[in-house]
Amino acid sequence: MLGKHMTAAAANECVIEFRDVSYAVPDGPEVLAHLTLQVRRGETLVLLGRSGSGKTTTLKLVNRLLTPSSGEVTVNRAPTRNTDVIRLRRSIGYVIQDVGLFPHYTVERNIGLVPQIEGWQQDRIRARVQELLKLVGLEAAMASRFPHQLSGGQRQRVGVARALAADPAILLMDEPFGALDPLTRDQLQREFLSLQQSLNKTVIFVTHDLREALLLASRIALMEAGRLVAVLAPQEFLESSDPWAAAYVSAFENMPDRAGNRGAS
Amino acid sequence: MNAFQYMLQNRAEVVELTLEHLWLVGVSTLFAVLVGIPVGIAIAHRPLLNKPVLAAANIIQTIPSLALFGFLLPVPWLGDRAERLAILALTLYALLPVIRNTFTGIRGVDPAVVEAGRGMGLTDRQLLFQVELPLALSVILSGVRVAVVISVGLATIAAAVGAGGLGEFIFRGLAMVNNQLILAGAIPAALLAVLADLSLGWVEKRLRPR
Repeated sequence: MLGKHMTAAAANECVIEFRDVSYAVPDGPEVLAHLTLQVRRGETLVLLGRSGSGKTTTLKLVNRLLTPSSGEVTVNRAPTRNTDVIRLRRSIGYVIQDVGLFPHYTVERNIGLVPQIEGWQQDRIRARVQELLKLVGLEAAMASRFPHQLSGGQRQRVGVARALAADPAILLMDEPFGALDPLTRDQLQREFLSLQQSLNKTVIFVTHDLREALLLASRIALMEAGRLVAVLAPQEFLESSDPWAAAYVSAFENMPDRAGNRGAS
Repeated sequence: MNAFQYMLQNRAEVVELTLEHLWLVGVSTLFAVLVGIPVGIAIAHRPLLNKPVLAAANIIQTIPSLALFGFLLPVPWLGDRAERLAILALTLYALLPVIRNTFTGIRGVDPAVVEAGRGMGLTDRQLLFQVELPLALSVILSGVRVAVVISVGLATIAAAVGAGGLGEFIFRGLAMVNNQLILAGAIPAALLAVLADLSLGWVEKRLRPR
């Protein structure tokens, strides 16, 4: 896959770029203002912020579930505005908190969805599904199950497998582990980390959980009230003098079970 | 002579009128489905349209059936043949449950499922046929079921304009003050309604998504 043949130059290549992007709900308030941000190949950029800070909006601007009111988003240097939206979306993996598995499809059909609509051969899809089940740590027998027969953690694993099905270079993840119990979340975060080390996707990951951000991020983009406050590496974030970053860190440190345990993850 | 004896003696006519009745109900339901499902889909995707369309379908529903048959009688092409008129009237009544349930069924699909589908690059068409319609199917079918049950009852009134069906017995019985005759129309009509309800209910249950 991509990462294995990466040169030093390619590593810094910008895959997704926001150029002075604003987004206002039609006839409504502006929820994102003047965002300028670059996402580099192979990095995991975590959008961190409170509810309503514009993280999810930012994510949806990439696969054009939303279209900027002003400014420009480019994916692989091409403005998304001029790209065929269906092609664009099929080239980007998308994982959401509620997973959104099709309840009337088996796990196999769910994972094989994009390959199927892309017209892959049936046996190639089947082989790919088996490969992905293994990759996300699910048994092969799961293929014939329906989503309602799975646990929350298993569903989210299927959600990740589905997003990876057509081997997209970009992955958008909107609080994918937010609805899971703490132990399952922990496990999935670690698995994601090791998965990402071998796959080297360009990932934008939305979360409000600083611990998760510190664990997974190459860089953390902190957002507040529709604006980008700062973009910092995890270590920089902990030491940052930015008031919003500091507020996040202190809220994190003041949690009873975390006192004196800062950055242990 | 009780109603059952009467029906047995006149079984040829009972069968004929029952078939006529079924035909009126079947054809009008088919039209209501062919029009109502696309309309329901359209208004589910266009929030501005749903109120006026549902209101219009509701208003049709409030017109007394005998009056609607009467209104349509002087309409040129329609009034020429009673069954045309009856089928149109029955179709109009059947539209509301079909439109409303299609609308409700599609709106009721989990937004996360639709968003995931859209985000993965399904076209609107693929989203409709692979996600929305399959998941809304049991709700849509329950609308069709309501439409059929209503139509079986309403179709008895078609006899008032000469379109035939089991209403023939009922109107004849009313004119002759003959209860057996009325029952000879009412009992098969009621049985038809129950049968339609049970069989469509069974299909609906089988189609219900988990």
